[in-house]
Amino acid sequence: MLNQSLYLAAALFAIGVVGVLIRRNAIIVFMCVELMLNAVNLAFVALSNVMGIEGQVFVFFVMTVAAAEAAVGLAIIIAIFRHLESVDIENFNLLRW
Amino acid sequence: MTEPSTFAQIVYAFFALLALGGAVGMVTRRSPVASLLYLVVTLFSLAALFLLLGAQFIAAVQIIVYAGAIMVLFLFVIMLLNLGHDVRSDLRGGIWILLAFLAGGGLWGLLFSSFGPELHLPNPGKVLLPAQAVQQTDVVSAIALPMMNEYVVAFELTAVLLLVAIVGAVLLAKRRA
Repeated sequence: MLNQSLYLAAALFAIGVVGVLIRRNAIIVFMCVELMLNAVNLAFVALSNVMGIEGQVFVFFVMTVAAAEAAVGLAIIIAIFRHLESVDIENFNLLRW
Repeated sequence: MTEPSTFAQIVYAFFALLALGGAVGMVTRRSPVASLLYLVVTLFSLAALFLLLGAQFIAAVQIIVYAGAIMVLFLFVIMLLNLGHDVRSDLRGGIWILLAFLAGGGLWGLLFSSFGPELHLPNPGKVLLPAQAVQQTDVVSAIALPMMNEYVVAFELTAVLLLVAIVGAVLLAKRRA
């Protein structure tokens, strides 16, 4: 099931990339990033069966970073929503040149 | 890894299709809440796939942390910002869709062609495979032992990262006094 898992991980990652590029709702963009992280986790777990248990340790670290990223990112979205009354990333142009 | 049984392969295919369907549903649904529920389907299917791949502890953590904590956080923010019934489509038009499918398709093709039927993995040398590690100790210790020995610095830094994330989230979401 190693090859199937890698194919599935590639497909999920690509769907996540498409989602990040075509959606404008900041929260859904965030969910697509989580999907990409999960696709990488799947590849890690699948490969750990031939490359050693360390793959599963890294999955643990990826999950921790994802949790921290979700907490900080959603706090930023709430802060921006207070200013702009919107979560549409077309409106987030403060850092744009 | 031993050859999986036909039953395991059927269950694997079922959850793989469920994961793909959930991912496509998440990207295409208009309502953020519907999107989120499709993502939960994907995350649960991935937990099942982790079980089939012999990573029981990771599967449990996937359900507790992702399908439990992170998804509730997302749902809470959607409800808090009152976005639940905003069904106006937020899909980008024209050039962006083309660009997205070029980028996604290109990445997909690149990854697919590099996996292929004969996967060229580097020789891992002498490593401890999950099946052996579980046999030597148990499911949790198999992950805990390398984490507390070789990767103890990264593990401690994770604690600092989580502390910074908590402080940062509180500071950012707090109303200016």
